[in-house]
Amino acid sequence: MNINIDELFMIAGMAAVTFGIRYVMFPISGHVQFHPMFERSLGYVPPAVLSAIIVPSILMPTGEVNLNLTNPYLIGAAAACIVGWFYKNLLLTIVVSMLIFLASQWIL
Amino acid sequence: MLKKLTSKTSTSKSLKPMTLKYSPKYQLIAGARDTFPLIVGAIPFGIIFGTLAATAGLSFAATMGMSLFVFAGSAQFISISLVSVGTGWSIIVLTTFVVNLRHMLYGATMVPYYKNLSNLWKLVLAFGLTDETFAVAINRYYKDDGVPNKQYYNLGSMLFMYINWNICTFIGLIAGKAFPEIAGWGLDFAMPATFIGMVIPYLVSKPMWIAVIVAAVVSIFASELPHKLGLMAAAVSGVAAGIFSEVFLFASTSHEALEQEIKQSNTINLKDREGIEVAE
Repeated sequence: MNINIDELFMIAGMAAVTFGIRYVMFPISGHVQFHPMFERSLGYVPPAVLSAIIVPSILMPTGEVNLNLTNPYLIGAAAACIVGWFYKNLLLTIVVSMLIFLASQWIL
Repeated sequence: MLKKLTSKTSTSKSLKPMTLKYSPKYQLIAGARDTFPLIVGAIPFGIIFGTLAATAGLSFAATMGMSLFVFAGSAQFISISLVSVGTGWSIIVLTTFVVNLRHMLYGATMVPYYKNLSNLWKLVLAFGLTDETFAVAINRYYKDDGVPNKQYYNLGSMLFMYINWNICTFIGLIAGKAFPEIAGWGLDFAMPATFIGMVIPYLVSKPMWIAVIVAAVVSIFASELPHKLGLMAAAVSGVAAGIFSEVFLFASTSHEALEQEIKQSNTINLKDREGIEVAE
């Protein structure tokens, strides 16, 4: 229940690096000029970052690549792609793919 | 008499929505409302985080402290998997640094939109620059509709995510003690499910497709890199492939046209609430 000193260091360190990373661009932005190409490339940040998080969690849920059709993460992700593409509705995409994932995990 | 009354009513009703829409309070609520789908995805993820943290041997106070002060879903998730195998705190902090480096790109993207805000605003909004709030807020900032107080929209999204994340962590901690089998339900699928729904609206041009495909392929091949460096390698490769193909392969697709398309596909309904016409 009680926090120990190692946990305290861990949380303080994690909080410091996370906040530092999120904040650092604001104070330096007035002093450095970004290359226009860099600014244009920032438009690709959200989809590239999200894809880099999604794909390993879907294709290698246990740490090894699993392309079997019995991989419930793969089935759920396929459902999310189909629903997301045709309905363009985020809430529907999340709910339907979660249900399909849970069902396939239960069946398989 | 009746006509006079009617016209008076409709004037007051058409004026009200304008001031309402521009007010900080309206923007705050709009930001929270537009974050709702992401909240639905964050609930199971937050619960599973609390559950797994208890199983991994992290204390109650440390688990809550992490959600309160770090507020970074994927980094917290990775840190508890490291705790469970007995990793030292310095390595966990280093891994957090690498996993969250992508947020520096978010900060760089937000610079022009935060530049006129006070330091307090910058500190608060930077603290809450999660994947979800960044994605919701940037779509609002991209919409060049002249509506002021967009920082309140950003704040509304952030507060909703923050409060929800902490409540869910707490529920997970309690539930994990009572029903440890929750850990095996695979609720972690909620995060990729949410993120897939967030990526799809971006897939409106060939360079975007290339950015996403390259990031996806590199993320698999670079997954062996230590301290989750593969995530950053994949993200940077994807961004580089996107801008490279935009400039050299599909020069006709201008970035402005691209942003325009994204804006349209993400259009958030902020329709004026018209007063109900009174029958004459």
